[in-house]
Amino acid sequence: MSVTPFLVLSAVLFGVGAVGVLVRRNAIVVFMCVELMLNACNLAFITFARQHGNLDGQIAAFFVMVVAAAEVVVGLAIIMTIFRTRRSASVDDASLLKY
Amino acid sequence: MSGSEAAIPWLTILVLLPLLGAGAVLATPRRGALPKQVAFTVSLATFVVSVAVALQFDVDEGFQFVEEYSWIATFGAHYAVGLDGLGLVLVLLTTILTPLVILASWDDADSGRWSVNSFFAWMLVLESLSIGVFAATDVLLFYVLFEATLIPIYFLIGGFGGARRSYAAVKFLLYSLFGGFLMLASVVGLYVVTAASASGPSYLLEDLMNADISTSTGRWLFLGFFIAFAVKAPMWPVHTWLPEAASEATPGTSVLLVSVLDKIGTFGMMRFCLNIFPEASRWATPVVMTLAVISVIYGALLAIGQQDIRRLIAYTSVSHFGFIVLGIFAMTTQAQAGAALYMFNHGLSTAALFLVTGFLISRRGSKMIDDYGGVEKVAPVLAGTFLLAGLSSLSLPGLSPFVSEFLVLAGTFTVSITAAVVATLGIVLAALYILYMYQRTMTGPVRESTQNLPDLRPREIAALAPLLLLIVVLGFFPKPALDALNPPVDRLLEQVGVSDPEPTVASDEEGPSK
Amino acid sequence: MDLLYLIILIPAVSAAVLLLGGGATKRWGHLLGTAAPLVSFLLGVVAFARLAAGDEEALTQQLFTWIDTGGFHVEFGLLFDPLSALFVLLITGVGGLIHVYSIGYMEHDARRPRFFGYLNLFVAAMLTLVLADDYLGVFLGWEGVGLASYLLIGFWQHKDSAAVAAKKAFIVNRVGDLGMALAIMLMFATFGSTTFAGVESGMPEVSAATATALGLLLLLGACGKSAQVPLQSWLLDAMEGPTPVSALIHAATMVTAGVYLVTRSHFVYEQSQAAQLAVVVVGLVTLLWGAIIGCAKDDIKKALAGSTMSQIGYMMLAAGIGPAGYAFAIFHLLTHGFFKANLFLGAGSVMHAMNDEVDMRRYGALRAVMPITFLTFACGYLAIIGFPGFAGFWSKDAIIEAAFAEHIVVGIGALVGAGITAFYMTRLMIMTFVSERRWASEAHPHESSLVMTVPLMVLAGLSVFGGVLLLNGWIVDWLEPVFGPEEHVALPIPVVVMTLLTLAVVVVGAGTAFLLYARRRVDVVAPRRVSPLTKAARADLYGDALNEAAFMRPGQYLTRSMVYADNRGIDGAVNGVAALVGGTSGRIRRWQSGFVRNYALSMLAGSALLVLAVLAVRLA
Repeated sequence: MSVTPFLVLSAVLFGVGAVGVLVRRNAIVVFMCVELMLNACNLAFITFARQHGNLDGQIAAFFVMVVAAAEVVVGLAIIMTIFRTRRSASVDDASLLKY
Repeated sequence: MSGSEAAIPWLTILVLLPLLGAGAVLATPRRGALPKQVAFTVSLATFVVSVAVALQFDVDEGFQFVEEYSWIATFGAHYAVGLDGLGLVLVLLTTILTPLVILASWDDADSGRWSVNSFFAWMLVLESLSIGVFAATDVLLFYVLFEATLIPIYFLIGGFGGARRSYAAVKFLLYSLFGGFLMLASVVGLYVVTAASASGPSYLLEDLMNADISTSTGRWLFLGFFIAFAVKAPMWPVHTWLPEAASEATPGTSVLLVSVLDKIGTFGMMRFCLNIFPEASRWATPVVMTLAVISVIYGALLAIGQQDIRRLIAYTSVSHFGFIVLGIFAMTTQAQAGAALYMFNHGLSTAALFLVTGFLISRRGSKMIDDYGGVEKVAPVLAGTFLLAGLSSLSLPGLSPFVSEFLVLAGTFTVSITAAVVATLGIVLAALYILYMYQRTMTGPVRESTQNLPDLRPREIAALAPLLLLIVVLGFFPKPALDALNPPVDRLLEQVGVSDPEPTVASDEEGPSK
Repeated sequence: MDLLYLIILIPAVSAAVLLLGGGATKRWGHLLGTAAPLVSFLLGVVAFARLAAGDEEALTQQLFTWIDTGGFHVEFGLLFDPLSALFVLLITGVGGLIHVYSIGYMEHDARRPRFFGYLNLFVAAMLTLVLADDYLGVFLGWEGVGLASYLLIGFWQHKDSAAVAAKKAFIVNRVGDLGMALAIMLMFATFGSTTFAGVESGMPEVSAATATALGLLLLLGACGKSAQVPLQSWLLDAMEGPTPVSALIHAATMVTAGVYLVTRSHFVYEQSQAAQLAVVVVGLVTLLWGAIIGCAKDDIKKALAGSTMSQIGYMMLAAGIGPAGYAFAIFHLLTHGFFKANLFLGAGSVMHAMNDEVDMRRYGALRAVMPITFLTFACGYLAIIGFPGFAGFWSKDAIIEAAFAEHIVVGIGALVGAGITAFYMTRLMIMTFVSERRWASEAHPHESSLVMTVPLMVLAGLSVFGGVLLLNGWIVDWLEPVFGPEEHVALPIPVVVMTLLTLAVVVVGAGTAFLLYARRRVDVVAPRRVSPLTKAARADLYGDALNEAAFMRPGQYLTRSMVYADNRGIDGAVNGVAALVGGTSGRIRRWQSGFVRNYALSMLAGSALLVLAVLAVRLA
């Protein structure tokens, strides 16, 4: 079975995610795009694990998932707080941390 | 270099005593005069220990009270300390000045940004580090302590100074770090050189003195050290941090800065530049002597033009450091012994000058010369001590700086008449800047603003009297100091590989006719 | 002699006690201060007697090692040889008298103990100067007397003029010290020794250039201390000090230190014609310069100060002539010490009586109210103009003769100087003691107390009989061990003719003054419309103006521009670098926009670059 289709899918997902992070303003959407990119990476990992016939890639994918889960917790909490104080989830509004 | 292991680690005691004292000062309750008393007692105890060390010192031996432990073996770094005559004299200068400065600064920290305790604690830390610097015989240890001295002085200037203290402190720090990092590059370079040798890396001075350093490498490494020391000294044209720092700091801090800390620059030139890079030192001599002579004249001329008493004193120091560097690089026994003695004498005379002007300024609240006049009439003791301190700064014969200045000039004269003649012009300029300042502040009719100035208090006299006494005694009897300084200077010149020019006409009589 | 050091130590200790004791010494300070030089004088006499007994050529004493490093070895040694002996007696003797006088003169000054402290300090320093056996020791005393002079000129330093004059004296002296310091360095470089003996023994072997350089440098030092042209400008201002100071320091002792230095260094000058010539020229120029200034001054002390300059010019001249002149230089120095101290103290007595008025145009006819002062002053006057039989007659005549033997121009210069001296001294005498009364009504002149007049009488006696020192050529023989045998030089004209010629010139000078001042009314206000020469003399022959134009103004400009350059140039460069770094980072930090998407984009771009770089390396 060729791995190429999986890798192409992974690349496309990653590209969609990256573009989403760059162009969308809603923090939730940006967040989901980040998740998309992470999962694109996971797909690539598993594909390569399959190709090489060992478990390294799968282990890496598990790590990514764990980190992503932790990130979701922290990230959502931050977004929630920002939303509560500013009544907005737009990332462009939260640009005070500059210069 | 011969050395004898000490049974009692005297130098470590000397370094640790003020450091522990600083901790004790921080721990004492923050009220009343208690922290000051603790600090004073500690500094006095340190002085006593240093005198005990001096009494055991044998002037004819090499490094004494040697302690040597491996510190970072991979770099060849050691905790290695030891004193020769030069180090001893400067350690004594430090331990003499610190208690006097603490006594003189009794009330200076009351309006600082931080607590009184921290002020005196930093002073003790500075004393500890300075002793360490003068005793270190390992280049890496020296470097670390050298840079560490910046910390206490930064906080002393930045926390307790005048209106522009932050500017002055930052300027001082950046200048020093600039020089320090050049030195760091050279220190790393020394590692590279010794690591390539058969005996492995070592930062010990005696190993470095015998290290085989190629000509061009030696010159580059020399420059790194020299520039750092020139900034510290300070020499023209890297002097502009000093007037700022000396003018903004409290008088006590200025004393420690100019009298002790700046000596590290000239001390380093003698101890490290000349010992480790003899060839490069000879190579750099013409340029360094030129810069030194420029410093002498430049500092003096600028001092004449100053309106601010403390800046004026700072510029006189630029001039005096010019003399010291001139003496070091003239490479004759008289000039170098004179330069070494000058370090001590300049420490005393500038300390006296800073302290007495500090007392004056604290009474009137202005640093500007034009705000004074006729003080002699209302405060004769203040004026008298001021004049004596000033006269020592202009090298009046009979006061200690004269001996050293004359030795420097006479020693320089034998190798470069031009340098000696131009530098001697400095003595006329010295008379101008001191007496012009004295005339404008102390003499003339009493001004309204000065008519109620109180004379010196007993505490202030107690801080000044030992300095002035030493200045007079050493003016007539500098022999003990010179006896301690001559052997290291002889060894140093041997290491550099120069000998004194013979008198052109051999006189058949050695001394006066008996 | 083992007690030689006490001669210096006693005044030094007394000075220390008086200066540190402050108010506690108020009641007895002046007594201690006066006793100190007198005890030194007695010790000096004892030493002198031992020397005169002829067993030893000189008394010496090594005290301690002062400086010892490498080849530079200076012992603190004392040398009491015939030359030093005369100086010690002059300094402590005349100095002692002046101390006694000061008890009365400074009676109403609250700071009298301090005054005596300074005087003692001066005596100690001056004794160090003449007793040291080493040039560096001389230098110690040299600067010490400079300091004492500074302190004493500025004793009334609450007056700006006194403070400025004191500073000026010190700084001009320092210029001279520069020469002396360099001379000592040159000695060390050449001989490896700075003792008199060491330099003397090595001197015959040095090159002519070194000898000349040494001679000129020492001369520069001598010019500073002795107020010789071109470093003369400080002496007239120095009269701001109390009058006993003018008598002690700026007439009798300190200002003659230059003469001491030149005669002491005779072995240097004997190796260099050029240096000797320079000494003669300096002496000649100064003797005329000072005399001319003395003619135009209305301030009695300044007129005397001009006279001092002039008389020291005579001594310098004699010292420059060589072996024929040394002894006479010293002889004149001693007699001048007597009569000039006498004159200054007399002037002080007058000022004391006249509420510190110094303008002679406000004196006149004081001989009746101050008979003792007048009589003693007259003795000094006759001595200085060289009236036959008085001290100055013998000493000045000897110098004029030696000058004629040296060169006709030098001789005529010295002769003319004698005429001018007679003129200005007669003028001073007439304006002060004779002519008509011109004092303000509130002045109540009176004779001074005994404590002031007794020293005057002693000094007057010395002014009259000082010439005995030349009896049978005693002083010449006495100084022979120091200077070597005197060279007798043939005069172009017989000595008697010389003496008569000198007398004639003196009479002309005195007569002119008599005609101008005794026969005509003296204006109370100095006339404004005067000849250019008088104007120039009143302005000290523009010495100050020259210094101001040549050194002070350019110097002020230089320091001011350097301060500017230091702030703007060097510190400006440093601050400029700081500003550059700060400015650049200020611009760069604008890139931190705060927009998360921007950061994400730059991250992406960075990653892409990295990947491209890796690929480029892989493919290359």
